[in-house]
Amino acid sequence: MRTLSKLMAGATALVLAAGAASAQDLTVTSFGGAYGAAQKEHMIDPFVAATGTNILFEDYGGGVAEMKAQVEAGNIQWDVVDIEVIDLERACSEGYLEVLDFSMLPPGDDGTPAAEDFIPDALANECGVGNIVWSIVYAYNDSAFPDGGPQTIVDFFDTEAFPGKRGLRKRPQVNMEWALIADGVSPDEVYDVLATDEGQARAFAKLDTIKDDIVWYDSWSQAPVLLNDGGAQMVQSANGRIFAAIQDEGAPFTIVWDSHVYDLDVWSIMKGTPNKEKALEFIAFATQTVPLSGMQDVAYGPTRVSAQALLPEAIKQDLPTAHLDEGVKADGIFWADFGESLGEKFNEWLLQ
Amino acid sequence: MADATAVIPRRAVVPKLGREDARSARREVNRRRLQAFLFVAPLLAFLMFAFVAPIATMLFRSLYNPSVAELIPDTLDALEDWDGEGLPPEVARTQFAIELKRLSEERTSGQLAEELNRAIPGASSMVKATARRIGRADDAELAANGAALLVEANESWAEPEIWRAMEKAGAIFTPSYYLTALDLEQARDGSIQPRDTQIYLKLYGKTLWMAFVITVLTLILGYPLAFFMANSSTGVANILMVFVLLPFWTSLLVRTTAWIALLQTNGVVNGTLLALGVISEPLPMLYTQFATIVAMTHILLPFMVLPLYSVMRGIDPSFMRAAMSMGSPPIPAFLRIYLPMSLPGLSAGALLVFIISVGYYITPALVGGTDGQMISNIIAFHMQQSNNWELAAALGSLLLALILVLYWLYDRFVGAGNIKLG
Repeated sequence: MRTLSKLMAGATALVLAAGAASAQDLTVTSFGGAYGAAQKEHMIDPFVAATGTNILFEDYGGGVAEMKAQVEAGNIQWDVVDIEVIDLERACSEGYLEVLDFSMLPPGDDGTPAAEDFIPDALANECGVGNIVWSIVYAYNDSAFPDGGPQTIVDFFDTEAFPGKRGLRKRPQVNMEWALIADGVSPDEVYDVLATDEGQARAFAKLDTIKDDIVWYDSWSQAPVLLNDGGAQMVQSANGRIFAAIQDEGAPFTIVWDSHVYDLDVWSIMKGTPNKEKALEFIAFATQTVPLSGMQDVAYGPTRVSAQALLPEAIKQDLPTAHLDEGVKADGIFWADFGESLGEKFNEWLLQ
Repeated sequence: MADATAVIPRRAVVPKLGREDARSARREVNRRRLQAFLFVAPLLAFLMFAFVAPIATMLFRSLYNPSVAELIPDTLDALEDWDGEGLPPEVARTQFAIELKRLSEERTSGQLAEELNRAIPGASSMVKATARRIGRADDAELAANGAALLVEANESWAEPEIWRAMEKAGAIFTPSYYLTALDLEQARDGSIQPRDTQIYLKLYGKTLWMAFVITVLTLILGYPLAFFMANSSTGVANILMVFVLLPFWTSLLVRTTAWIALLQTNGVVNGTLLALGVISEPLPMLYTQFATIVAMTHILLPFMVLPLYSVMRGIDPSFMRAAMSMGSPPIPAFLRIYLPMSLPGLSAGALLVFIISVGYYITPALVGGTDGQMISNIIAFHMQQSNNWELAAALGSLLLALILVLYWLYDRFVGAGNIKLG
């Protein structure tokens, strides 16, 4: 009997502990890794220090599935979420996110009003405030190309001049855009062409030319690993991952900025959260000039002009914000329209 | 506990007892039944809430999809009289404009957009953009001129196609997700025809084939091991058993990741083969079907060995000796005596491995690359990426049905009563 009561007491303690763990003032969800660490250092910790709010900082893998589940079940567990703009359009229009009032955003440290200080894309959707500019680039391993590596996206598709495996993330996004650009479509028109059946067939035909040389992977973390262990000689990657590998481990990688596809991440608030006030307070705090400038730790560009001024000169060349004219902006509206149908076609093409 | 009811056969005993006795005996039986039930009640409740109910509701989604009907009920009412030829009556289109404004105010136009987008890729942005414009129009103008305002916002509203999609999506019960899951679709005249994209049947076939190969491989590897363990001394068998169980004590992710380290281009296997001079350049092994099969065979091996071993332990070795002493050579003796006796364990192991591998997700996702993907990966795609939970539910239900059919076939030809886990 005594053991039983001990067990019961233990179980009760566990339940209470779990209850205490979830009784946070605010739950903030983002992507973890080096990026999450930078956010913790420059946004979460200073906010906790300044306001005394308890924050539970969680990771997720992106996408809107978990938000959909929470809102549909009426069981909101997250308060603030970091979302890629490519998913934001959908999450916002389907009613999973609160509409934000941008007038609550403080001016930049140099006094510029928020509406002018933020780059336009950062406040383009009423459900989120831009947090970083990041980019999907490709990078190659220097040791695989001693006579000079590829320079452009056309080179990426040129297996004769640049033989070797190409690592690509297994999804249609970005791959379809690159295939069309490499096939001669101008970057401005790429989404118009991709909206047509002929354009999609053209993109698949171009991908066919390198199909045997592609190594597919599923998450960004695999990209630098593939490049490092020789699984691929060039890989598609989020720029910060490659930057971190070069910076922290001295990896012999080179980033190719030609035709990179850049996108933003934003802070959003889950619809129906009981902590909306606190969540707004957090977003206003985290998107101030100084916290935003801290995102340069992982080579992601800040979304405020005033934050760019705080960056050291040396880092600027490594940020997507320095290469916007070479890149294409990822089109969230296009992918909300065609994500599912192209996803199916892409899977069919993979099986052929 | 359950035996107690069998011990007191009511009809046989009760007449001989007095009324009081009978009542108390019945009370006793009921008490024991209740007791037995109370013992399993927490488990039953847990299973109902944590397992049966969520899965049933999820699977129900594949047929039952009321979201469009809830979003635009009046439009669907007005569309009821429409024969599907040409544009629907103006009153229906005006009604839609009015409802779209309401959706725009409630910020749920995106849900309607997503449903329509499944029928017509590209409809999503068109519906949302129209909703934004209509949301600004005033009510009187909408009521008077809604149909024209729609076309003004986007020309596609003048095409019958989008209205047909809307009428179809408005059906609360729909077979269309099951048709999609079978690579079929319903044409306008109601006939069933193949879809443009052919993908799911192929994947089901591939999944079954891979599960079959994995089952055969675990059998080839597991049978001799179980045989050896069953016929060695307890000490040796126990040590071997620890090695069989060891993988259960390490995380599945760790085991899968270990295969990544082994199979990658500059990994252990390629390194060894290169050093031995067997190959001159690294073989691409990781992110292939080969990697999926190897890793899953390794991970599922204990599920084959354990039932085999426990059945083989119960086989008296003297049967084999008897057969051989009567002049049978070892192999025929094995085939005619030992193999049939070990069949219950073999069936159990094969069924376990096959059913687990048909629905396996994490290993193919990590090491499968392109050609090592299974149906579970596409279900995950629809759950997480495309957000088409209804199609995911239909694919999942079909997978469940497929397994039940296989189990039924198995029961028909081998007999489920033969299965023994020990």
